[in-house]
Amino acid sequence: MQTFQFSKADTIDRAVAQGGVGKFIAGGTTLVDLMKLDVEQPKALVDINALPLAKIEALPDGGLRVGAMVRNSDLAWHPEVQKSYAVLSEAILSGASPQLRNMASTGGNLLQRTRCAYFREPTAGTPGGYACNKRTPGTGCAALDGHNRTHAVLGVSAHCIATHPSDMCVAMAALEAVIHVEGPKGKRTIAFADFHKLPGDTPQIENALEPGELVTYVDLPKLPVGTKSAYLKLRDRASYEFALASAAVAAKVEGGHIRFIRVAMGGVGTKPWRSHEAEAALMGKAVDAANFRRAAEAALAGAKPRTENAFKVELARRCVVRALKMATA
Amino acid sequence: MADSPVSHIRRLRSESVEPPNAGGLAPDQHTLDLEPLTPGKSEPNGKGFSRRSFLSGLGAAGVLAGAAPLAAAAPSVAAVLDEADGSATGATLVLRVNGQDYTLRGLDPRATLLDTLRERIHLTGTKKGCDHGQCGACTVHVNGRRVNSCLSFAVMHAGDEITTIEGLGQPGNLHAMQAAFVEHDGYQCGYCTSGQIMSAVALLKEPIGPTDEDVKHAMAGNICRCGAYANIVAAVKQVRAQA
Repeated sequence: MQTFQFSKADTIDRAVAQGGVGKFIAGGTTLVDLMKLDVEQPKALVDINALPLAKIEALPDGGLRVGAMVRNSDLAWHPEVQKSYAVLSEAILSGASPQLRNMASTGGNLLQRTRCAYFREPTAGTPGGYACNKRTPGTGCAALDGHNRTHAVLGVSAHCIATHPSDMCVAMAALEAVIHVEGPKGKRTIAFADFHKLPGDTPQIENALEPGELVTYVDLPKLPVGTKSAYLKLRDRASYEFALASAAVAAKVEGGHIRFIRVAMGGVGTKPWRSHEAEAALMGKAVDAANFRRAAEAALAGAKPRTENAFKVELARRCVVRALKMATA
Repeated sequence: MADSPVSHIRRLRSESVEPPNAGGLAPDQHTLDLEPLTPGKSEPNGKGFSRRSFLSGLGAAGVLAGAAPLAAAAPSVAAVLDEADGSATGATLVLRVNGQDYTLRGLDPRATLLDTLRERIHLTGTKKGCDHGQCGACTVHVNGRRVNSCLSFAVMHAGDEITTIEGLGQPGNLHAMQAAFVEHDGYQCGYCTSGQIMSAVALLKEPIGPTDEDVKHAMAGNICRCGAYANIVAAVKQVRAQA
């Protein structure tokens, strides 16, 4: 591991002032792991664990404001989250392990990095490590024709097919969360859909944060009264594993017809994957298996599988259908 | 069961290979004396000859030659200790572990909480397994919550209340969970056991459901290579029923 300057910040202002040259560290569950692998080599770390951002508060319009330092366990077990945003609680509890969820923060989970094995191996394989445009821009992508069983089929490019690993983010995409950030140029908000970036020809740029910007809060807008939500995660083993496919659904049904619908997918996209196509196919339609299947097909219409991950296309369709059944039951 | 956990553990130990001088160990050598002792060897100060001191005595070169990638990934804490002598570069940190304050001078910021507990404070009950947050062997409590000590830098823990397996209970005064693991044989090789027990104790305070399935999910962050899972679940269930 490369050494680094270490400092702590106990106010947002100080964190932003110290943040320019290095990285913020909260739970450390991604960053320390990747520093040990020499994938991340920050010159400086600013410890933000003491920032006063560990609260979950009600918003005047009925939504919820989640501080960036709220731990994943606390968010998942918060009574209001369990009651009004079940999809988020279920998504978080389906990810990682209890120990990791106790450490991982809300802000950090937004910035979780891919589990692509080629990205995580800077010294193995060919000299200079496996080709990875995300880790070392311009070197190529070893996953395109390598072992890509766990890789993405949506939002892929000729430069990167790395899957976004977060479960929390899939639920937040469905909930249309709003991310608050604060940086050297002041405060701003970023819509969830605009936060994570598609790889395109710059897979090293994963999100909309400017240098030195700090995530401060995530707002969860109020859902229409009577909305039910659910998260379904499919994976190689029953727990402590990343998704092969997952689906987050929030739906309101009246008179047997869908009056409000949000669908997002995990495990299949290069970013948390909101499916407007599935939503358009469902809005106003009757709650039945044929409509669910049509929506699932619309959601995967743009899938571009590679050598080993074509199974994900049908797996994700069935995952969407099952999650729709769960949320409309 | 007929005997108490303590007499049970004594009986188990008396049935295993135990050197004749083991009974002469000082009563406060609580953790070390559970390690296998080499028959007939005892250091002049009366301290038992442990697996740990044996490995240390093998010579670093021989051990490290076989573990070169590991050594590169994790800087030797022993070396950091040497650098720290007479050097003002590293941080000074007070770490509160099991109710005691430890002042650590010249601490490399790269030192994880796990390596600091083991190599600087010499609390070796906490184990290093994968060193990447995947196995749970390094589980400790920070302010009452279970975490992977391998994924946290020690410098981030000033002011935190850290509890390791040594702080949970000792022979003669076992925590109920430790006693239950003994009673139900919740281990084979024992390497994952301290992490398993730290997780199991933490879940007693977590809002998890009542079923075996719930316990299994709550213990999913602790991997047991020997496959003692069924017995671990039995131990956890027993203590949850008592609570």
